[in-house]
Amino acid sequence: MSPDGTECAIGQAMDAERPRGMRLVTLAGPPTCGKTSVARHVLLHLQRAGDRVGVVKLDCLVTQDAKIFQAAGIADAAQGLSGSLCPDHFFAGNVPRLIRWGEERGLDWLFLESAGLCNRCSPHIRGALGVCVLDHLGGIGLPAKVGPMLRTADLVVTTRGDLVSQAEREVFALQARKYAPKARVIGVHGQTGQGTLELSRVVGRLATPLPDEEPRLRFSMPAAVCSYCLGETRLGDERQIGNLKLVELPA
Amino acid sequence: MTESVTTDLVLTIRPGFDRDGQPEDFGVLELRPGEMLALVGPTGSGKSRLLGDIEWLSEGDSPSRRTVELRGAGEEAEDRLEGAHHRVAQLSQSMQFVMDLPVGEFLALHAQAREIGDPGIVAEVIHAACRLCGEPFTAQTLLCALSGGQSRSLMIADTAVLAAAPVVLVDEVENAGVDRRRALELLTGRDKIVLMATHDPLLALLAPRRAVLGRGGIRGIRVRTPAELALLAEFEKVDERLSRARERLRVGLSPAEGDWI
Repeated sequence: MSPDGTECAIGQAMDAERPRGMRLVTLAGPPTCGKTSVARHVLLHLQRAGDRVGVVKLDCLVTQDAKIFQAAGIADAAQGLSGSLCPDHFFAGNVPRLIRWGEERGLDWLFLESAGLCNRCSPHIRGALGVCVLDHLGGIGLPAKVGPMLRTADLVVTTRGDLVSQAEREVFALQARKYAPKARVIGVHGQTGQGTLELSRVVGRLATPLPDEEPRLRFSMPAAVCSYCLGETRLGDERQIGNLKLVELPA
Repeated sequence: MTESVTTDLVLTIRPGFDRDGQPEDFGVLELRPGEMLALVGPTGSGKSRLLGDIEWLSEGDSPSRRTVELRGAGEEAEDRLEGAHHRVAQLSQSMQFVMDLPVGEFLALHAQAREIGDPGIVAEVIHAACRLCGEPFTAQTLLCALSGGQSRSLMIADTAVLAAAPVVLVDEVENAGVDRRRALELLTGRDKIVLMATHDPLLALLAPRRAVLGRGGIRGIRVRTPAELALLAEFEKVDERLSRARERLRVGLSPAEGDWI
């Protein structure tokens, strides 16, 4: 069986009676966990199956990712840097425009890759497919620590499994399922792309076209209006104004 | 999984391409329960790649573009990966755990992941592991504090006793100074399909067939000859002497003294 043969099979399965409209996929996960590699492989599988795909990477300070996607053959790739803004708020603030951009280009799939996010937030959107990417090397505590981006995900993708034992992979998947009981956990190899064909099929089965309504986050962003939101760098007591929370110290 | 499914199981490997893009020329390779295939070839020749293809049940989507199927008679290919993960036990070359957990807690979680109800399994795995390595460890020892040999022993024991899958993939069991003959006995039960990458002549000749790898592809399948079988018996004697010498050195004795020779 040639790779082309299997890829046609996904395309046909998708074309049969498929409702019209763009499917949105959000990718979250700690920095350097492999989000871009996962996105690239899955997008290429979808593209080879005959779909129009696009991707936007929203990052903090530096990114080459649009070029990486374009070099891989994904023409509709864009990127944005949050700079001095909170990357999560930056992400949320751009979603409507990005959806319009994708729809204007006639995309079947738009992937939004987040910067990696602080562990307080989740970029997942109602009606879109939420994917959380986790690196096995993050250790046993990682699923508990990443919080909402895992708990509100529909699909969990684990990476760098080749660097740990099979037993650790299975324990890690078990742990991830504890926090996202409804999500399916799929291991992939970001370098070779192994497992991503299967992943692209699962993505194809789970994603539905965006509903025709105002997009809405699954989980609220943190309340944060304090002096530091406004660019303050001094740390004296008298600067601590606005929304402030203090650590409880032992007496 | 029922008994009949296990005994009907067939692992089928169809050719892909080597690193130069040349098609592999070995026909179709089928393995059934009770069969062992050794994988030989220089470092970087593609032994681990082949094991990876089997672990993932590749469908032309790996760099080798091989296709691998694992199924019992009359089974559907539906949800192939979910099923495969419980049928394929893999011992990789990894020599270290990264998880920050005590051995006992880790094994209990692994048993939970594999839906094994028997709480005695944890002690059983630790016991088997300590038989393979020099210095014993306990359920309270942290995974990260295990030596390379202890980690390896625990991975082997976990693969053999806890995962207990009908297909076993072994990547260089000879590493890290564990008792490799005992390890292999533990890993390869009678009714298993075993693929074993090795650089060890003794282990390579234990298998009735061996795949020779080079430049990322399978260059051929060789069947063990009667002359090789005779050689294996010789190697086993040499190995026996070497391991006794190793044991004496380890406990501070001289291998040149005594009547052990």
